Amino acid sequence: MTDLATRPSRVTPDAARVNRWGWWYFAEYQIKGFRAFAGTIVATALGNPVLYLAAMGIGLGGMITQQVGGVDYLIFVAPALLVSTVVTTASGLGMWPIMSGFKWEKYYFSAGATPLTPGQIVDGQTVAVGARLLAQGLVFWLVGLAFGAFPDAWSWLVVPIATLAGLAFFAPLMAYSATLEDEGLQFNIVGRFIVMPMFLFAGTFFPLESMPSYLRWIGWISPIWHGTELSRAVSFGQDLSIARIGLHSGFLVTLLVGGLALSHRNFAKRLIS
Amino acid sequence: MSVVAANVAQVPVIQARSLTKKYGDFTAVDAIDFDVEPGESFGLLGPNGAGKSTTMRMIGGTSLRTSGTLTVAGLDPEQHGPQVRAQLGVVPQTDNLDEELNARDNLYIYGRYFGLPASYLKPRVEELLEFAQLTEKAKSKVNALSGGMKRRLTIARGLVNEPRVLLLDEPTTGLDPQARHILWDRLFRLKEDGVTLVVTTHFMDEAEQLCDRLVVMDAGRIVAEGSPASLIRQYASREVCEVRFGSDRNEAMVHQLAGLAERLELLPDRVLLYADNGEDVLEGINHLGLNPLTSLVRRSSLEDVFLRLTGRSLVD
Repeated sequence: MTDLATRPSRVTPDAARVNRWGWWYFAEYQIKGFRAFAGTIVATALGNPVLYLAAMGIGLGGMITQQVGGVDYLIFVAPALLVSTVVTTASGLGMWPIMSGFKWEKYYFSAGATPLTPGQIVDGQTVAVGARLLAQGLVFWLVGLAFGAFPDAWSWLVVPIATLAGLAFFAPLMAYSATLEDEGLQFNIVGRFIVMPMFLFAGTFFPLESMPSYLRWIGWISPIWHGTELSRAVSFGQDLSIARIGLHSGFLVTLLVGGLALSHRNFAKRLIS
Repeated sequence: MSVVAANVAQVPVIQARSLTKKYGDFTAVDAIDFDVEPGESFGLLGPNGAGKSTTMRMIGGTSLRTSGTLTVAGLDPEQHGPQVRAQLGVVPQTDNLDEELNARDNLYIYGRYFGLPASYLKPRVEELLEFAQLTEKAKSKVNALSGGMKRRLTIARGLVNEPRVLLLDEPTTGLDPQARHILWDRLFRLKEDGVTLVVTTHFMDEAEQLCDRLVVMDAGRIVAEGSPASLIRQYASREVCEVRFGSDRNEAMVHQLAGLAERLELLPDRVLLYADNGEDVLEGINHLGLNPLTSLVRRSSLEDVFLRLTGRSLVD
């Protein structure tokens, strides 16, 4: 048998190194975990744009003969669909996998027994989810290009914009999921009464201005609307003032930073009691 | 060995003084004191709820103490959690391996959490798979492994950083006898290699097998401390004669058995008679014509120590 302890140690765990790079070590693990579901992830990433663009852009778009927002319906709806599907994926990743890390697979507890801090686990989780959203957005954008749905040279920026919108939704949801001890109806409620309205009333399929004013607030608080407005500006040059760019970006960044701060606190409470 | 080196070697690797943990009004750990010396195999023996796991979590800095002091490798785990955990291997009560990853990746990923480079981890992971007798299962996903294999993999994972101390929380709970013996063999080898082990268990045979020294815990307090042999010498006789008369007759027989042994314990299903020579006691019982349904003479164990100290059996 290999003598595991008495031979001279070849390496010393380096707490200072973990202090700097711990977030990446946890992200590495989560990304490796995603690879286990690579087939499903790729199928979703490819299937979403093909189905949505075909149904909404070509099917529904074929019936809408007039231009919307100054462009064909397919071009109008494509960046919004990209943002919506990325945010929807982000919402899923912010619920069950977070609960699983505490309750079923307990991977947060196994990481918490190492030099990693709860904050690094949160940051690593967020980076891994960001990487996945970025990849999903990229695939959607490439498929959209084939459909002729992203005309502007700067349209590639929809990918980082959608990732930011996704993380702006993911981070607060992660903070909430980290407080749940048991699976009840909470995630169903989040899905049906928060994610779904934010998707339907976020100016995805029609300009938010065409909604009655008493419903527009749903769009205003939806990361999907803020991401959609930014993505339409880069995708087909929809007019957007510097102030509006600042407002939309600021809203998304505030949600992300606030969600991360809350997640840091809630993970620390769960992992160190 | 130089004087300095000798002194370093004698500094306890874990030192607890008046260590206390309360959850509201409930005191889980009640002002306990203990030292763990380098290379020692130290046990926390007690029933479920005695405060063993809470003590373990405080050592790892994942549970905050209410009062008292605690140092691990000279550091306070609350103030220096990452530095302390870098020197610990933790084997939790419930396996928390990643079921979707294979055995090899579980070890590799965990090693990364310690900031260990791939050039070190690749050969180290193979060594650990060999140690855990899982080389042939390296590519198997964890959910395809048996309970004993998962436990060995969790222990191997706890060794990935070559820890100064390996914390084992109930290492063999839920395993069948064969799997337990394989695991004990692995742990015994670690002990021989000089790894400091801290083991919680409610199995007295496990404590006797693995621990050089142990504390008996009950309701958050340490009720006795010593080596398994010294505790048995101090709190129990050399042998025990166990007799069963049937659950409705055991109590009624007690007054007739009194005087046959140094001490007598009445349990719901049996009567225990403590004496240096159990065979003599059994002969006395037969001589009186008491006709027990079953009888057994055995050496005293930590179970008897616990019974003596708390008035309760370890495994209820």
